[in-house]
Amino acid sequence: MPKDGGIGASSKRREDIRFLSGTGQYTDDINLHGQAYAYFLRSDVAHGKINGIDTSAAEGMPGVLRVFTAKDFDGVGGIPCGWQITSIDGQPMQEPKHPILAEGKVRHVGDPIAVVVAESLAQARDAAEAIMPDIEDLPAVMDMKAAVQEGAPKVHDDLTSNLCYDWGFVEDNREAVDQAIKDAAHVTTLELVNNRMVANPMEPRVAVGDYAAHSGESTLYTTSQNPHVIRLLMGAFVLGIPEHKLRVVAPDVGGGFGTKIFHYAEEAFCTFAAKQLRRPVKWTSSRSEAFMSDAHGRDHVTKIELALDADNNFTALRTETYANMGAYLSTFAPSVPTWLHGTLMAGNYKTPLIYVNVKAVFTNTVPVDAYRGAGRPEATFQLERVVDKAARELGVDPIALRRQNFITEFPYATPVAVEYDTGDYHATMDKVLEVSDHAGFEARAAESKKNGKLRGYGIAHYIEACGIAPSNLVGQLGARAGLYESATVRVNATGGIVVMTGSHSHGQGHETTFAQVISEMIGIDADQVEIVHGDTARTPMGMGTYGSRSIAVGGSAMVRAAEKIINKAKKIAAHLMEASEGDIELKDGAFTVAGTDKSVAWGDVTLAAYVPHNYPLEDIEPGLEETAFYDPANFTYPSGGYACEVEVDEETGRVEVMGFTAADDFGNVINPMIVEGQVHGGLAQGIGQALWENCAYDEDGQLISASYMDYAMPRSTDLPMFKVDHSCVTPCTHNPLGVKGCGEAGAIGSPPAVINAVIDALHRGGYDVPHINMPASPDRVWAAMQGAKANMGAAQPAARSTDTAEGRSV
Amino acid sequence: MKVDMKVNGRAVSGEVEGRTLLVDFIRQTLRLTGTHVGCDTSQCGACTIHMNGEPVKSCSVLAVECEGAEITTIEGMANADGSLSTMQAAFQEHHGLQCGFCTPGMVMAATALLKENPSPSEAEIRHHLEGNICRCTGYHNIIKAVQAASGQDVQPVAAE
Ligand code: FES
Ligand code: FES
Repeated sequence: MPKDGGIGASSKRREDIRFLSGTGQYTDDINLHGQAYAYFLRSDVAHGKINGIDTSAAEGMPGVLRVFTAKDFDGVGGIPCGWQITSIDGQPMQEPKHPILAEGKVRHVGDPIAVVVAESLAQARDAAEAIMPDIEDLPAVMDMKAAVQEGAPKVHDDLTSNLCYDWGFVEDNREAVDQAIKDAAHVTTLELVNNRMVANPMEPRVAVGDYAAHSGESTLYTTSQNPHVIRLLMGAFVLGIPEHKLRVVAPDVGGGFGTKIFHYAEEAFCTFAAKQLRRPVKWTSSRSEAFMSDAHGRDHVTKIELALDADNNFTALRTETYANMGAYLSTFAPSVPTWLHGTLMAGNYKTPLIYVNVKAVFTNTVPVDAYRGAGRPEATFQLERVVDKAARELGVDPIALRRQNFITEFPYATPVAVEYDTGDYHATMDKVLEVSDHAGFEARAAESKKNGKLRGYGIAHYIEACGIAPSNLVGQLGARAGLYESATVRVNATGGIVVMTGSHSHGQGHETTFAQVISEMIGIDADQVEIVHGDTARTPMGMGTYGSRSIAVGGSAMVRAAEKIINKAKKIAAHLMEASEGDIELKDGAFTVAGTDKSVAWGDVTLAAYVPHNYPLEDIEPGLEETAFYDPANFTYPSGGYACEVEVDEETGRVEVMGFTAADDFGNVINPMIVEGQVHGGLAQGIGQALWENCAYDEDGQLISASYMDYAMPRSTDLPMFKVDHSCVTPCTHNPLGVKGCGEAGAIGSPPAVINAVIDALHRGGYDVPHINMPASPDRVWAAMQGAKANMGAAQPAARSTDTAEGRSV
Repeated sequence: MKVDMKVNGRAVSGEVEGRTLLVDFIRQTLRLTGTHVGCDTSQCGACTIHMNGEPVKSCSVLAVECEGAEITTIEGMANADGSLSTMQAAFQEHHGLQCGFCTPGMVMAATALLKENPSPSEAEIRHHLEGNICRCTGYHNIIKAVQAASGQDVQPVAAE
């Protein structure tokens, strides 16, 4: 019987009422009295030297309040990077300055050159057209492998090269890995690309800056996943405003998917300009601007080698990745191809030796940072593709090969420095085969064949690390932040509760799920619980929402604070009932004394806390409000088996997704309805990456997929109904709710399942195609089939070869 | 120039420029911020409203073209007593929204579909909503919500 409230119930979302009735408050819905509008003039070339910017005509245009260029930011810092990576040689990464407006050079299409602030947006836009930048074209740095050659043109003239860092992990394993690959009975080699993505939350970014002269306080309203992080980065590093004079509000936010984690120049600009002009300043991104100014995701070129012994046991894994950083370092960019990627290379397998090398490279493209999954999809894609390829080369069943190498004992310490606490990979594999009706596949394939289509079945099994992260650990790894989470639980006199959380909801439904947890703990109706988030003035310092961390870290902080509340309330109840504290029990919103019929209601205790007439004042303070900061002991490790079934049209190369099944182990689940929704959305993005989405640049660095005309977002007609299951549960062992997190799984597990299915379909049609890079668009699939016919296949390096071909993903 | 129209049953008028888009008139002049802007190429559907009973992308219409028109926005969709309409309620019941940004446009487009086709198939719903992009839901629960709003049986959430 499904529950109708508390933990485990599919409670309907309370936030839906405002979203469905048009009363949501997104940042662009905020209009301040007297606000002016900012318009950014952006570079239309990828790389160029700024010889001058003539703003005089623009300054005289109607409604113009001021035109800003780089010289107006004297004393203002650059946009900081929040993670430092150390190279193999012990040197810190190269870290270029990232100014608010381009200084000296423009470095990517979309790099802001000047800003006009005017009375209306139309006036600002008109005036921006009158600005005359004198920019001398320079050669665009696009190919990562060419970019790190001696003598290559440099994105940043003051750096020694375009190499940001060269990272080896685990360096102590390197020689043993090399030896194991030499000694292996079989080595499978695969070169692949993880295509560049644009996150594309449907709400474009918006910033509204405000300055109150009477108090000297600045306020920024912004589309952010983590307002406290923005306050700290922008206040301390860019504008020099102390936290107590700066408030950052992230109200309703229309999706983030990673790209709204980072601190952006437009936020700093609006805050800065509002103070300069003594007027609120608003900037609303257009979608075209979003494509060239939101941080992009992925963009890795990788060569992976899997060594197996004569019994098909994995003996070693070696990877070499070129990771595109774009023109500047976005907030968490350096961590994505390294710690969020290298540490996941063991996957679900007991491969004893692993070595990961990552070269991060500057190019004349938009900065790249975390996008749903961040590093883990890249790791999973490599691993699940190379295992499939190995199975094909060895003539064994890809499912059996995976099972044979699964980790089965927990906790399990991987050779890449993490310890999985729990999991049961055979269970999720069994489940995905069952739910996807693997047994009936051959019959469906025969049916497709009758209709002239090639049907394929692809499997992938993933692991990810969520609940980021233990602060002392990430500190050692180069993070310039802690990654705890916070919550204040305020109980009001009449018994209602307000939880102020450092987590932020931008679609995840925290206002509902967090209230379910409190309702379960106290035994009061969820309606009595209000969840407040997204405002630094109302919530304790918290790190926000990304990395599927909200319930695992933010939820845990809330549980810890609620536990403090319950402990104190029990003391008050004991006093009221003249009983001993140890005998007090809290159930269904009432305190009882064990073994008696004495009882006092929740509301009586909360009232006593604020009207402490009959109260143990000598022992405890009045009031009922507690704060907790929770720092996780480990990451959490969701895992799952994903199965994709496709039909390929031999005539056109078009791939249609016929079915998709996800069997996830998320540990305990608070709201199954919301969890399933998170998986659906992740699957759509992962399938989108595999088949349609691609952020494309031409050789001159022009962004050629800069609108929904050219960037193929998954639409309703592209996707099937999904089958999702989360009945396999191995609770997390180190957080109070036993939860693991579910936000990114769908986007992590699905791309390899899709490509494995496409490759399977092609092989069933007699096409010997080893690999197709994402997105497997009709032209690529068709070309691969023709190549296979001509016995060319898709170019792949020979086993144990040292050279690789690809230098660009885009 | 001045423009008069009826929005959510109320007569409104306002000063606009020739280039003012209907969506800007709705959001800026009328301060009805439930209608959203998700793109600048008329491709996302976040701005969908009803104009004289037909679903229209309000970013692709000039305000002056709406002289005398009857416009309904998401703010005008609730029942007279303020409760959610059948379609709105079905979106909540079946978790057809996450961040809520595409939602007003989705509800407007889906409501218009049921007027034309009271019992659409899954394929018909998908086809009709092709011009409305949702980045959060993968469309699965939106399809279910529309089927449910049309009175068709759908599986309850979280038990499939
Ligand atoms: S804003 Fe109108 S279609 Fe995108
Ligand atoms: S609910 Fe977020 S875009 Fe549809």
